[in-house]
Amino acid sequence: MIGDAIDRLDGRLKVTGGARYAAEWPGDGLLYAVLVQSTIANGTLAAVDTRDAAAAPGVRLVITADNAPRLPQNGRAAVNPPAGRELSLLQDRTVRYNGEPIGVVIADSFEQASHGAALVRPTFREEPPRINMQEALPTATPYVRKILGTIEPSHTRGDVDAALRAAATVIDETYTTPIETHNAMEPHATMAQWDGDRLTLYDSTQYVYGVRRFVAKTFGIPEQNVTVIAKFTGGAFGSKGSAWSHVVLAAMAAKQVGRPVKLVLTRRQMFGLVGARPYTVQHVAIGARRDGTITAIRQNVTSSTSVFEDWVESASLQTRMLYGVPSVATTQSLVRLHVGTPTFNRGPGESSGTFALESALDELAYRLDVDPIELRVKNYAEADPETGHPWSSKSLRQCYTQGAARFGWSRRKPHPRSMRDGDQLIGLGMATATYPARRMPASARARLMPDGSIAIEAATHELGTGTYTVMSQIAADALDVPIDRVRFDLGDSRLPENPISAGSMTAASTGPAIDAAARALRDRLQSRGVRPSDLDACRTAVSQNGGPIEADASAQPGPETERYSMHSFGAVFAEVGVDPDVGQIRVRRVTGAYGAGRVLNAKTARSQLMGGLVYGLAMALFEDTLLDDRTGRYVNADLAEYLVPVNADIPDIDVIVVDEDDAQVNPLGVKGIGEIGTTGVTAAVANAVFHATGVRVRDLPITLDKLLSHPAGA
Amino acid sequence: MFPFTFQAAADEDAASRAVRATPGARFLAGGTTLVDLMKLNVERPSVVVDINALPLTAIEELPDGGVRVGAMVRNSDMANHPAIRSRYPFLSQALLAGASPQLRNMATTGGNLMQRTRCYYFRDTAMPCNKREPGSGCAALDGHNRIHAILGTSAQCIAAHASDMCVPLTALDAVIHVNGERGPRTIPIGEFYLLPGDRPEVETALEPGELITAVDLPPLPFVTRSVYVKVRDRASYAFALASAAVALDLGDGRIRNARIALGGVGTRPWRAHAAERTLAGARPGAAAYQAAAAAALEGAAPRTHNAFKIELAKRTLMRALARAEALA
Repeated sequence: MIGDAIDRLDGRLKVTGGARYAAEWPGDGLLYAVLVQSTIANGTLAAVDTRDAAAAPGVRLVITADNAPRLPQNGRAAVNPPAGRELSLLQDRTVRYNGEPIGVVIADSFEQASHGAALVRPTFREEPPRINMQEALPTATPYVRKILGTIEPSHTRGDVDAALRAAATVIDETYTTPIETHNAMEPHATMAQWDGDRLTLYDSTQYVYGVRRFVAKTFGIPEQNVTVIAKFTGGAFGSKGSAWSHVVLAAMAAKQVGRPVKLVLTRRQMFGLVGARPYTVQHVAIGARRDGTITAIRQNVTSSTSVFEDWVESASLQTRMLYGVPSVATTQSLVRLHVGTPTFNRGPGESSGTFALESALDELAYRLDVDPIELRVKNYAEADPETGHPWSSKSLRQCYTQGAARFGWSRRKPHPRSMRDGDQLIGLGMATATYPARRMPASARARLMPDGSIAIEAATHELGTGTYTVMSQIAADALDVPIDRVRFDLGDSRLPENPISAGSMTAASTGPAIDAAARALRDRLQSRGVRPSDLDACRTAVSQNGGPIEADASAQPGPETERYSMHSFGAVFAEVGVDPDVGQIRVRRVTGAYGAGRVLNAKTARSQLMGGLVYGLAMALFEDTLLDDRTGRYVNADLAEYLVPVNADIPDIDVIVVDEDDAQVNPLGVKGIGEIGTTGVTAAVANAVFHATGVRVRDLPITLDKLLSHPAGA
Repeated sequence: MFPFTFQAAADEDAASRAVRATPGARFLAGGTTLVDLMKLNVERPSVVVDINALPLTAIEELPDGGVRVGAMVRNSDMANHPAIRSRYPFLSQALLAGASPQLRNMATTGGNLMQRTRCYYFRDTAMPCNKREPGSGCAALDGHNRIHAILGTSAQCIAAHASDMCVPLTALDAVIHVNGERGPRTIPIGEFYLLPGDRPEVETALEPGELITAVDLPPLPFVTRSVYVKVRDRASYAFALASAAVALDLGDGRIRNARIALGGVGTRPWRAHAAERTLAGARPGAAAYQAAAAAALEGAAPRTHNAFKIELAKRTLMRALARAEALA
């Protein structure tokens, strides 16, 4: 059962429109809210004229800093980054980025609210904003707080300076990545409904308990007064991991008008207000001996954040542990720009960090004239070089071997511009993928119901990843019942608490809790002499019990996290074709081989890894959030101009999951596959483009103008 | 979106009258540009006149060998029509290179002729734009202008014309039929689009309330040897960074005649007469195509981010010429 490639259980609901997303919940007397946004990036809101807006047809209320209800601690009661973000809740008049919410218009229809929002006339006192990352680099300051509250932001081992001086060869380059905006297909949406001092939020979120905690604290009401519901979330990618301004503003609006209020962001509003991957400027120096032994790596990462919250793109973490290098030094610094606060995005840290590290490794391979895989194998880390701990499991060698075989790496001729297909220049590139295997405390309930079905409950989330399906498989497996006996419920803060569905943690956190609850129920039934697979006996037992028979359980990481280093690893291979005249790049084939512990469902796992690879291709070739340097406007804030791949851009993708037993990570041996697919891909493509053209692009995305303008030509 | 009155027009005269009656009124055809811009508050018509019921959906073969395409013919229908595919292959190719299937199923011939620019700043009401708000300035001159025009620009506007369809139409010297206060008249496409100059808000030679009713494609037998080459950032659903529509008349080892228009680089669909002249009488081949490309881009005026378009447009044109030559 576990591991079987069964179809996703919610597939039919989704394709028939039966899956209810946040914006689709009905409300009695529902009103619609639309945000009013700043049109400057830095300054103050001097005045705001709402007379026309308030008088517009259908408009019920306009909330601005002039009349917004005062929140405890000026709306900052729940601020505790990154779990609780610094928001824009109309409690003051400071403007800190362009597009910052400065008001809410509530009307009978969405169209009327939009119209009303356009009629609000703010006046600003404007100060010059700091927008351009390159120009702002001299203002960078070291980031000294712990990353995610636990990880030292910088790392030093050995003597990197001395090792670089003594190295036979040194690669010393700077790699940059742009702001990448998540752009989930479903826009962020919140429907808020008050019943006295009790609040229900239907929210597009990755974390119902987190939103509940944050919103309750922000309004100064008990947590148990707030219910957050998210039965389906239409893609999230980190941007729905914390409550952003619109969630609180929707609740504020509903409270003020005494009616349920729905607030759905427009596509344009998804740029700036709800996070993005920040700019990174990554200086990498690698020293090596002639034989390819890497003796030192330095990586200094500078990423951008907003002027009001420090959020760091931890792009240096993989450099500490990925290769067995004696001398390593990494730092993280921040530049504060007048932009929206960045956040976790599709393999945060590792996706951008592996671009720099794995590109630099490729540069070293060409410098030394060694095969890129050989170089990586030569510097293979047999244990975690940062902590000295053994790996809980690591199958990277198998990933290199199996991936290379399937991809046909041996076909590759070593020199750039040495392979052609007709007019096209062909390039083959590879890179290592990696992502930490983390988990957090989770709980679950299993209930045998009067009809004999087994209700499994856990407040986790379905983001499109297959949670309903794999969790049902785990429960069915533990109880040894057919999967159609299991009814799994999630996405409701009244269900047992579960962590944020992010950081590739859902399967590894919630999975073991469900396994434990199902086993506890099985034991309870067996103590009554009832086999869970015996439907009649089950029904009788419930009847005798006078109600459902329940078992609760929880699961959490233990001392094993102190003894083992836990990561997933993979190898990504890309073949590109480059048009030598016009520089157009097409990815022709991708192979990704991964060792990620036990796979819960071969089909959804493959889909998820494939999705990660597609987003890696998006980073490599397309994604680029353009900011106007003078004003901080998000310039290309729609899906016609903010490019992500279309189907025609996506080639055959070959996903290999290497068999891997891991007895340490958690009782199920699951590592999680949400993010690793996105890591390494950018470098594999950049390395393939270099192989095809001889042009090294160190600045994402790799667009044709960067090839055309290069002296070497495309 | 601002409130508006919606009217359905019963015939051409009623449609034109309805639009003339209210300044800023707009015809609604496929809506793929208008509705988008209305949502952004860039377009704020007080009246929207729906012309979808007008019988302008025919593709007719004309006695002179040309083809007349009704203004309400959907882009996908025109692209797949046998007469277009066989006689004007580059037009069919250009249509299919544009937008996405869903958009092509809605977008119309007349609407495509009226397609607005994708300039980021035109589409953002918080930014100055002389085209949207005359006299407010041009934010693109010193802003993000990678996608902007390098030909036909002015100190007031560098917005690129976005259409693919209009590029081969311009190469063909298509003739646009309109109907309005003065009654039916025709406008050659070469006179239809105005350069931005000092008045970028005036984009076409249409008079207020004039309705496009049809487009005539002239009989031009050698256009069977034509190609459209489009270079863009992704494989589909992206506007051209540079495109070229080319038709070649070959005979006796010479180029007798050539038609060339460029897309993605001009403030209007860009006819390259000078390049055509360099080719007339020349031997087909790389040398001639290089000379033509140089002539086509003569006078190009790049800004910070779009200088690459000069070389890109040249190479795109050379490729189109070589492909046209290679056709059987």
